[in-house]
Amino acid sequence: MRKLLGASIPILAALVAFLFGALMLIALGASPWEGLRALGSGAFGSSDRIVATLIKATPLILVGAGISIAFRTSVVNIGGEGQIVAGALLSTMVALAIPDLPRVLLIPIVLVAGLVGGAIAGAIPGALKAYASVNEILSTIMLNIIILQFMNFLLRGPLIDPLEVEAGTRIPQTERLSDNAALPALPGSRLHLGVAIAILAAVAAWLMLWRTPLGFRLRAVGHSPAAARSAGIKVERHVTYALAISGSLSGLAGAILVFGSESQRMVTDGSTAGFTGSAGFNGIVTALFGGLHPLWTIPSAILFGGLLTGATNLQRVLQVPAALAVALNGIVVVFVVSSNRVRARLDALMESRDEMNSSDRSAEPDKMSEPEPDTFFEEVKPA
Amino acid sequence: MSQFFTLSVIVSVVASGIRLATPYLLASLGETIGQRSGVLNLGVDGTMVLAAFAAYYTALKLDNLWLAVFVAFLVGLLIGVIYALITVSLHAAQGISGIGIFLFGLGFSDLLFQVWVGTPLPIPSKLPPLGIPGLSSIPQLGDALFRHNLMTYGAFLLVPVVIFLLQKTTFGMNVRAVGENPQAADSLGVSVERTRVVAILLGSSAAGLAGAALVLQGGIFQANLTNGLGFIAVAIVYFGAWRPLGAMAGSLLYGVVNAIVLQLKAQGTIPRSASDLAAMAPAVITILALVFLAGRVKAPAALTKPFTRH
Repeated sequence: MRKLLGASIPILAALVAFLFGALMLIALGASPWEGLRALGSGAFGSSDRIVATLIKATPLILVGAGISIAFRTSVVNIGGEGQIVAGALLSTMVALAIPDLPRVLLIPIVLVAGLVGGAIAGAIPGALKAYASVNEILSTIMLNIIILQFMNFLLRGPLIDPLEVEAGTRIPQTERLSDNAALPALPGSRLHLGVAIAILAAVAAWLMLWRTPLGFRLRAVGHSPAAARSAGIKVERHVTYALAISGSLSGLAGAILVFGSESQRMVTDGSTAGFTGSAGFNGIVTALFGGLHPLWTIPSAILFGGLLTGATNLQRVLQVPAALAVALNGIVVVFVVSSNRVRARLDALMESRDEMNSSDRSAEPDKMSEPEPDTFFEEVKPA
Repeated sequence: MSQFFTLSVIVSVVASGIRLATPYLLASLGETIGQRSGVLNLGVDGTMVLAAFAAYYTALKLDNLWLAVFVAFLVGLLIGVIYALITVSLHAAQGISGIGIFLFGLGFSDLLFQVWVGTPLPIPSKLPPLGIPGLSSIPQLGDALFRHNLMTYGAFLLVPVVIFLLQKTTFGMNVRAVGENPQAADSLGVSVERTRVVAILLGSSAAGLAGAALVLQGGIFQANLTNGLGFIAVAIVYFGAWRPLGAMAGSLLYGVVNAIVLQLKAQGTIPRSASDLAAMAPAVITILALVFLAGRVKAPAALTKPFTRH
């Protein structure tokens, strides 16, 4: 019964968000019923729409799985936007440097470059938190700004398409990247390898968290840094790992955004959202909605991916701006974090964060003997 | 580069730096009050952009700037009520619920803009600069410091007001007490909840005013107008070590660097791409300042911790 209650919170949150969306539709003079239909058919109405939804869901799965890992280690990662861009930039530079490598080599190399780029962007705030006590919420936000400006610099300067300079148009974008780096797609469809990679990465994240010593240590740090420390776990190092791993998954999403795109190049409109589609923030929504569990972020991401593609259909059919989806995402976040069960978990998270920041590094044995805060989704089994 | 350092350019960079600092200053002063009471509000950016739209729409339709400012203030206040409900009454985790407010403000302002306005039109009149009689006629200095709009003057006058509020009034003492040790404050009969709610409302309505300053100085609205400005305002609070004067210093840093970047872009003496690198400077400085300040300055001890009576 408790588990049922736990599982019902995201559903309740979604219902409230939909209710709010319906009210907005009524206020805008559209029928909520037709709105829901346009949303549904836009997201899942045909095989093309389903593919579009899966492609939208791909970065959300990766960012969401990464954010789940960070949160489970009591680290808040708001740097998804910057980490996506960092991964995309590094993989783009690699593809520009070695464009002629055969496909079987180049594709894995650019994907690894994405992982590495994101990992660096995550490790910096991780190390700053672990070794210099810099609040990671702030450093990840600052890093988002720094990486954004760095992207603008690279795409307007050193990496700009020579053709744009020649033509004098100077659109800030790279040249068309090597076809050998393009992610293979199913014939006659836009469904590319990136979708499968994202799902595999989420499964790997789950295995890592619950089936490996590293995952155990990360969760131990998340549960109680003091207890983890007294058990001999190097807390600082694992805080850095958590943000680096979280960042690497976002960086992989960045590489997939570049090499799974039809334009096969990186473009900036001056904002990170222009490239990421705000996946760095929407990934937080996805992770929370999925109960901070990498496997549950997969259906959660498909749902939110569907909301995003459905909203563009809503705009076409009922002239309701697609920005509605962003507003609804915000409402979902507010409701999920306000509800009891997740609250208990996040409270526990915050508590152990404070412990980590406090100078008192002695163990608190009673913390360990406390029952697990709650298991939300992690062991949903048939009764 | 040499033409950058003429006197007239420096005067105009300082003047526009002060003007551009206004939204940062309003938002970070408000957030300072909130954080001193122990509440982190990461929703500043969303509050600002929604309030900015409200101010823009009012100014566009009614051409009444003060009404526009007031409407933005009300929007900030209203979001503050919601945020207080979520974080103080429901004990929601503050960092994440702020992201919810941010996404809501970002999406909802864009939605209303597209439905009610559609094509971006400039407002009929922006905030006019007002010379302070006497002072504004001082050569150079007058143009740099004493020819600003009323919201800029107001924002800087708020600095001593907030210092007085936090240091000299009972309310300020309560704010600092519930931010440092809510249990002790509670046992002395201070209502932790009520103090925090008022601090949140002050902070959120200041964020609303910051949104108004941003759009009424710029004169036009677009989706994601703030582009992260509200997040920077939160960082400025840490940068300023939770003191109003520190918030002012941080806001001026961002304002002046923005002004320099704009000036460089306008002059075209360096490539556009290089000015992007210059725009990284304040964020890099902020991170370095955070590294330097960590361990030297204490954050309010109860920051981000919901209060439960034991």
